[in-house]
Amino acid sequence: MTDLLAVETPAGAADAVAGVRITPVDAVGLEQRAAALCTRSIKTSSKAAALDLAIRVMDLTTLEGADTPERVEALCTRAHHPDAADWSVPSVAAVCVYPELVPVAAEALANSPVAVASVAGGFPAGLAPLEARLAEVAWAVAAGADEVDIVLNRSAFLSGRYQKAYDEIAGAKQACGSAHLKVILETGELGSYDQIRRASMLAMVAGADFIKTSTGKIGTSATPAVALCMAEAIRDMAEQTGRSVGLKLAGGIRTAKQAWHYLVIVGETLGPGWLTPERFRLGASSLLNDVLMQRAKLRDGRYQRREDYSVD
Amino acid sequence: MEPVGDFDLEYAAALESTAPVRLGSQYGLFVEGEMVEPAAGRLAPTVNPATGEALAEVSVADAADVDRAVAAARTAWEGGWRDLPGAERAKYLYRVARLLQERAREFAVLETMDGGKPIRESRDLDIPLAAAHFFHYAGWADKLDYAFSGRRAAPLGVAAQVIPWNFPLLMAAWKLAPALACGNTAVLKPAPTTPLTALLLAEVLRDAELPPGVVNIITGDDAAGAALVAHPGVDKVAFTGSTEVGRAIAAEMAGTGKRLTLELGGKAANIVFDDAALDQVTEGIVNGIYFNGGQVCCAGSRLLVQETVADTVVGKLQRRMDTLRVGDPLDKNTDIGAINSQAQLDRITELVASGVAEGAELYTPDCVLPERGFFHAPALFTNVSTAHRIAQEEIFGPVLSVLTFRTAEEAVAKANNTPYGLSAGIWTEKGSRILWMADQMQAGVVWANTFNRFDPASPFGGYRESGYGREGGRAGLLPYVELVA
Amino acid sequence: MSDRLVVNKTYKQFIGGAFERSESGRSYPVAGVGGELLANAVQGSRKDVRDAVAAARSAQGGWAGRTAYNRGQILYRVAEVMESRRDEFSAEVARAGDGCSDEAAAQETTAAIDRWVWYAGWADKFATVLGGANPVAGPYFNLSVPEPVGVVGIVGFGEPPLLPLVSRLAPVIVSGNTAVVLASERCPLVAITLAETLALSDVPSGVVNIITGHRDELVPPLAGHVAVDSLDLTGCEPDMAADASRQAAATITRVVSASAAERQWADESAQSPYLIDAFCETKTVWHPKGR
Repeated sequence: MTDLLAVETPAGAADAVAGVRITPVDAVGLEQRAAALCTRSIKTSSKAAALDLAIRVMDLTTLEGADTPERVEALCTRAHHPDAADWSVPSVAAVCVYPELVPVAAEALANSPVAVASVAGGFPAGLAPLEARLAEVAWAVAAGADEVDIVLNRSAFLSGRYQKAYDEIAGAKQACGSAHLKVILETGELGSYDQIRRASMLAMVAGADFIKTSTGKIGTSATPAVALCMAEAIRDMAEQTGRSVGLKLAGGIRTAKQAWHYLVIVGETLGPGWLTPERFRLGASSLLNDVLMQRAKLRDGRYQRREDYSVD
Repeated sequence: MEPVGDFDLEYAAALESTAPVRLGSQYGLFVEGEMVEPAAGRLAPTVNPATGEALAEVSVADAADVDRAVAAARTAWEGGWRDLPGAERAKYLYRVARLLQERAREFAVLETMDGGKPIRESRDLDIPLAAAHFFHYAGWADKLDYAFSGRRAAPLGVAAQVIPWNFPLLMAAWKLAPALACGNTAVLKPAPTTPLTALLLAEVLRDAELPPGVVNIITGDDAAGAALVAHPGVDKVAFTGSTEVGRAIAAEMAGTGKRLTLELGGKAANIVFDDAALDQVTEGIVNGIYFNGGQVCCAGSRLLVQETVADTVVGKLQRRMDTLRVGDPLDKNTDIGAINSQAQLDRITELVASGVAEGAELYTPDCVLPERGFFHAPALFTNVSTAHRIAQEEIFGPVLSVLTFRTAEEAVAKANNTPYGLSAGIWTEKGSRILWMADQMQAGVVWANTFNRFDPASPFGGYRESGYGREGGRAGLLPYVELVA
Repeated sequence: MSDRLVVNKTYKQFIGGAFERSESGRSYPVAGVGGELLANAVQGSRKDVRDAVAAARSAQGGWAGRTAYNRGQILYRVAEVMESRRDEFSAEVARAGDGCSDEAAAQETTAAIDRWVWYAGWADKFATVLGGANPVAGPYFNLSVPEPVGVVGIVGFGEPPLLPLVSRLAPVIVSGNTAVVLASERCPLVAITLAETLALSDVPSGVVNIITGHRDELVPPLAGHVAVDSLDLTGCEPDMAADASRQAAATITRVVSASAAERQWADESAQSPYLIDAFCETKTVWHPKGR
């Protein structure tokens, strides 16, 4: 067994990281299994709970250069009470913003169960100087972030400098202190499921509390097969080390149906123990409206009008 | 420690509607383009194995009915079908393919009601593949001159075709499509427990305006099948079923000059090396043995796993088995439906008991089986030796035997240690090892890093006691032609 | 009296590359055109059949494992050696059984030599023609290849004794099968002369095994042998073929018999790649295509 960290070898020769085994992935088999899971239908009585769960695991996200304090405050209000007219709708898990807006979010969410998440570490490329990236992580935590989303150094990973990629994540974990660390793999840039599996293992071994699919900044984002691939890596990690790492799926998740598919993939692969905000997140900006519409449809039995839902 | 969540993922009992199916109460025989009453007027019920209740009464053909059907096929052959231009035969087969696609949901639901297989499989595999088979062979009908260079492919005459209950419509398609494409006429006999989709196919054939007598479908018991294959008016016999019956048919055919092809039993090895993609392996093993409840001649019923990863693979497998849903085959979430008949369930139960008695260790997930109907939980045996009955005999049920190996040579020896030779599975990431292993396998179909894949363009059929002849692709034409210089 | 006494050949069976008498110690007289004694042929036994099948079985893996190019060269070598001994073959054909003219015997020998050459050329081509890629509806590589069925039992023929034998034997072994041949009961000698040629032609031991003797005695153990994968019953009378087929049914042994066109031994219709295919199994291999 070649260890990613023991020898600096090109990708393909490696099948372990720090002694934790990395299993290869067959693309066709993986995609077929993911597609099969997406054909499961959820019981109607479970559907309401499933929609609520989709909200409860949501990281309501805004990551635009044009984000203003007002926009973030509005988002935080929605995060706490997604439906102003129906307070039975649960709060989302977190609001995810750029570091500069963390103090705004922290204040707006001070009296809510909603966590503040910040991207940091030179998001989205992750190629700022390491010192600057680690300082950004520490800054975001000091400013009130409960969770920090950093990116894997794909430059290091794809060129086989696994030790560097690992050290940077371990450093960020340290800089996080008690905050939760989510590591974004940017799966759309990794080239294959084998690489996604390898990057998942590397990030988990290096200390990630969550592994996350995408930044949302490139065209390719979360897909059912990528979600399954990462869930299988998390399952192997738990089996081999006893550590339960969370999974965050982000990018392109816009409909309640997609959310259900991911619930099924995670539930069947990792078990019901992962269907909780502690170990599962959906990062999204426009998903919430669709979930609310489906929720209303389930409640009233009528299809809804999209324009009636919040534009925040 | 297993983390505890606060949400329970419950699937709906997502029942497929039976509305598209219009069941008759009694069915005749399809002879010369008409539904006719059996000569002796005998009827027998066909049962829904998921409930144990009769769906309808179906005719039991006797020797006189066989005579009539063979005569009709002969008349149709001599009266025009054999001389029809290939392009015209093709158009009939294309029509059949299209009509099957149009009525696909109806066929799928009926297949599941009559045979017990999950609707997910009949809907996504059986019916689409049956239509695809007609479509594929339709295209061959006017291209036979290109199939066998230097030879002309002449039809044989009347084909007697006896098919099993595990893929009722699909097997009818596998038999009829190449026979008709090559210019033969046919008498098809479906299995006693699953006649309904074949009888619905008769409707499709009529709607396609296939000339009367080109296809005749006679239902009945094993005696009717025996009378059909023994009939002197038959030029070709094609049988899919057990090796035991295959032997008897081959002996019966001896010296008659009739052409014979057999697709018989299997005891496939699914071989897992330690470098394989273990999560896809797990799915492949599950698909290999629990697809159609293991009632598949090419099922991967012997898992050969390299010792270094045996515990890991068995662990993953058990965990995956826990998520398999056994129950109402009409439920779209069901993974394992009903066993086809009480007799088959009894056989599975008996062999599982023998495995326990011989000292193998049995694992079954904690699943609740329906109270009515014929069901068997997915089963996994470890500590199996090659001498155990469960490692040697075809079980034809959701029962997997796990054996281990140390080297590739040992895996080959164990895999080929059976008189059967239908299929084999190989799981490894190393390309050269795949190709070497594929060379070594004494099996007609080798699935590498996949399992239980079927396609009309891909030949299917066995080595040794798994039978002879191929179905699918160009090789599938050979059983239905004589090559003339 | 002639000046010199001719040294007569002893015709033995050919099993596992060795020329042997029967374990039973028996022989039977073989008569020529005028009823004269040509030689005493070995009267093989059930046990000889058993030994021949065992020899064929153990040689099969190695023969199939040779490269197709190598098998082609070896079959071509058989033609070369026959060519160099064509007078011997012609003379033997002319005096066997009811005999034939010297001219006809020479033609038969020529045709037999040419048949070896024809099949030699197929060794590295039949898989291309009979197999190939199948375009399945999914992300899979799918390839069908013909593989040798294993051990083939060939029941020999009446007259003429040479060309039919070569016409049935060459397509069997070219793909990598090994053969157990029951020589013509009435005209067995030329089969043994062929065996001598094979032994000189780099054909590995056990690839072709030739038993002489009475068919009534030899066909049943050959047909019933579990290790025989396919039977060519072209040389059997109908009743014997039916009995042998019944025996073969017990182990689902493939039974082949020449068509009328294939029995026009001197014609091109007697040779075909589909005859190679008749002693092959189609193996189809699937593999997913993915990154």
